[in-house]
Amino acid sequence: MSRRMLSLYNCRTADANALPCLPVEDFRNIVINEVNDGKRIAALFGLPQNNDTVKLIAVLADDHQGILHLAGTAVRENYPSLTPDCPQAHWFEREIAEQFGIRPDGHPWLKPIRFHQSWTHRNLWNSSGDAQIQPGVTDFFRIEGSEIHEVAVGPVHAGIIEPGHFRFQCNGENVLHLEISLGYQHRGIERQITGRPHNRLIHYIQTAAGDTTTGHTLAYCHLLEALSNCSAPARAHCLRGIALEFERLANHTGDLGAMAGDIGYLPTASFCGRLRGDFLNMTAVLCGNRFGRNFVRPGGTNFDIEKRHIDELRKRLTAAVKDVANAVNCLWTTPSVLSRFDDTGKLSKQLAAKLGLVGPAARACGLNQDCRYNFACGIYRFNQIPVATWDTADVFARAYVRWLEIQHSAAFIQNQLDTMPSGPVQTEIPPAAPNKIAAAMVEGWRGEICHIAVTDAEGQFVRYKIIDPSFHNWMGLAVAMRNQQISDFPLCNKSFNLSYCGHDL
Amino acid sequence: MTMTNLAAMIIQPASAILLAPMLLGVINRVKAFFAGRRGQPLLQPYYDLWRLLHKGAVYSTTTSWVFRTAPVICLTAIILAVFIVPVGGRRSLFSFNGDIIFAAYLLGLMRFFIVIGALDTGSSFEGMGASREVHFSALAEPALFIVFAAMARQTSNISFSGIFAAVTPQMWVNNCATLLLAAAAMLIVLLTENARIPIDDPNTHLELTMIHEVMVLDNSGPDLAFILYGAALKLWLFAAIFVGVLLPINQMPQWFSIPATVAAVFAVAVFTGIIESCMARLRLLNVPNLLFTSISLAILSLVFALRN
Repeated sequence: MSRRMLSLYNCRTADANALPCLPVEDFRNIVINEVNDGKRIAALFGLPQNNDTVKLIAVLADDHQGILHLAGTAVRENYPSLTPDCPQAHWFEREIAEQFGIRPDGHPWLKPIRFHQSWTHRNLWNSSGDAQIQPGVTDFFRIEGSEIHEVAVGPVHAGIIEPGHFRFQCNGENVLHLEISLGYQHRGIERQITGRPHNRLIHYIQTAAGDTTTGHTLAYCHLLEALSNCSAPARAHCLRGIALEFERLANHTGDLGAMAGDIGYLPTASFCGRLRGDFLNMTAVLCGNRFGRNFVRPGGTNFDIEKRHIDELRKRLTAAVKDVANAVNCLWTTPSVLSRFDDTGKLSKQLAAKLGLVGPAARACGLNQDCRYNFACGIYRFNQIPVATWDTADVFARAYVRWLEIQHSAAFIQNQLDTMPSGPVQTEIPPAAPNKIAAAMVEGWRGEICHIAVTDAEGQFVRYKIIDPSFHNWMGLAVAMRNQQISDFPLCNKSFNLSYCGHDL
Repeated sequence: MTMTNLAAMIIQPASAILLAPMLLGVINRVKAFFAGRRGQPLLQPYYDLWRLLHKGAVYSTTTSWVFRTAPVICLTAIILAVFIVPVGGRRSLFSFNGDIIFAAYLLGLMRFFIVIGALDTGSSFEGMGASREVHFSALAEPALFIVFAAMARQTSNISFSGIFAAVTPQMWVNNCATLLLAAAAMLIVLLTENARIPIDDPNTHLELTMIHEVMVLDNSGPDLAFILYGAALKLWLFAAIFVGVLLPINQMPQWFSIPATVAAVFAVAVFTGIIESCMARLRLLNVPNLLFTSISLAILSLVFALRN
């Protein structure tokens, strides 16, 4: 069956024409069967064709072999939905329906996800051509009953966070159902990335999700280097790995502090807030920016690191990690904290696999998947990081996996600082090859970041697809909240800590 | 009645009315110390009240007169209660047989109006907060009453002034169990009624987890100042009752016992700050367990009191 699919290694290209165009039924069966066999949908997106059809491309990730399998089909107005037999496709099919006005027949939950105008002349929700679409205005699922009450939260929240709308159907303190409606941050990034790769694109990528600057930029650079058939120098790979792990350290530390803050546990909350800043400052030593902006670039990195900075980073990292250990270990030894973390927001391993979760949220359910290991590219081909998993699948697991990853990342950075290869940090990259399709998967701190590019006969992007890990995981949060206390939602939400702008693009 | 007695009777409520917001300042400073921060000024709660009193109030169009009256009634009720509870003096300004029950119901009145003020807004958050508040206070109230019963039995008095004046070092020797258990039960009630950790988190911004704070989300300006000031007085009141049950003021001269009690009230604030600094909030489902513990301690205290 795999001969009907196109196989692709991570950060490699294939001939775009080599992707067979299957009949819709075959496409559907292949995707469903492969997912049942343990593969995951890393991406499912539409590629507009000239003759008013849209080519659907499914990218299936085989975690065990580290290979991506691509399947394609052409659809015009509608096609049989995959979602009833393959829940992972749920969000992707809604995205396709919104972008191209193509109806997945039999989709159980067909609503807009970003509330923008269709890219084609077809529109599923009958909004007129230039009318403004209001995000969050849709028919929400409702449970009727005299004892049921509805709680609506957002899009404006009490804390300084991004906008998103949450609808709870509650019976007393119990949440029966949570529906999440996003789209407030939609900026239209994917549509901006067309034409020949140029210097301005990287700024769109860096701000796709501001807290994952390095992750997304790295995926973009890997993709561009693959399309141009060149490779960054070894020293650049090493520096990129360090930047990516610093991003993970900063965010994981911040998350653990924020989770402690949500349950009113002061010691960890206050110290982790400062320590997150320490890690951000270490990123600033690399490139002058706390969030790693303008560090990674196609062909290498913008900045090299001096010997004295290596020594300084090594010293500051040791001190910061020691402090993090002190602050975080308070969590695991305080009974009142454990009683909040344990058994809150449980999500079974089977369900997590079915929904296609990625990143720490998936590893906390015992799923053994990490792009740094399964789809290693860049520095991770030479230096592997152990995959941190836990199997209790609750808030505790999501916190503990973060703590394990903090330790692994810190050790990795120390190791890289000790064994930094010499040489240049940049190469010039030639223009992108024509008629290619390429995929890059990078394990950002939130999980798998997947970028896919398709080029035309001139080597211009005809489609650039960005999939932030949040895109996979929002549904996981909604399902984890079922039959939980509504007062535990902020804690659960923080344990996933998903991106709004990364999802909305 | 001598002049000194009259002065003592007036100093007690005056100290409460002037110093109550400082308790919150002390708690905040203790928490800041544990968090490694310098923290806000001790007088910050006063600045906040002053600022709010100079602001206009915004009223949602869904609210009625109930919402506007509630803050005034709440403040009045708590000030009345403050006049009843002595702070280190032999007698409070208003003291009569059975004032413990009167004070408890003044607190009940205050809660009732906060709750219906919250319900009046029609907001789902405030409704949830009101439901939680009523649920937990329905469990805290029996504990409070049983503590009062135990102390009344132990001291053969049914007014705060009588009970506090009857606590002697001798009673600590002979009836230590009654006093300690009553104090423990009282402490849990204090934390519950004043929305402190581990029951509620006064610092959180998360509407879905709040209890007390969420009920006053719609109040603004002077109304909010009244409510915040009322909450400070309530904390003072509970701390004063807690200290009154523990401290044998009987043997001290009055010029010493009033400052000693005020100092003890601030010590309670420090202790509350320490509790908040080293433990997390309980899961909302587990709060009733803590309150049942409080009721059990109170009953045990009553049993020891009855045995004597």
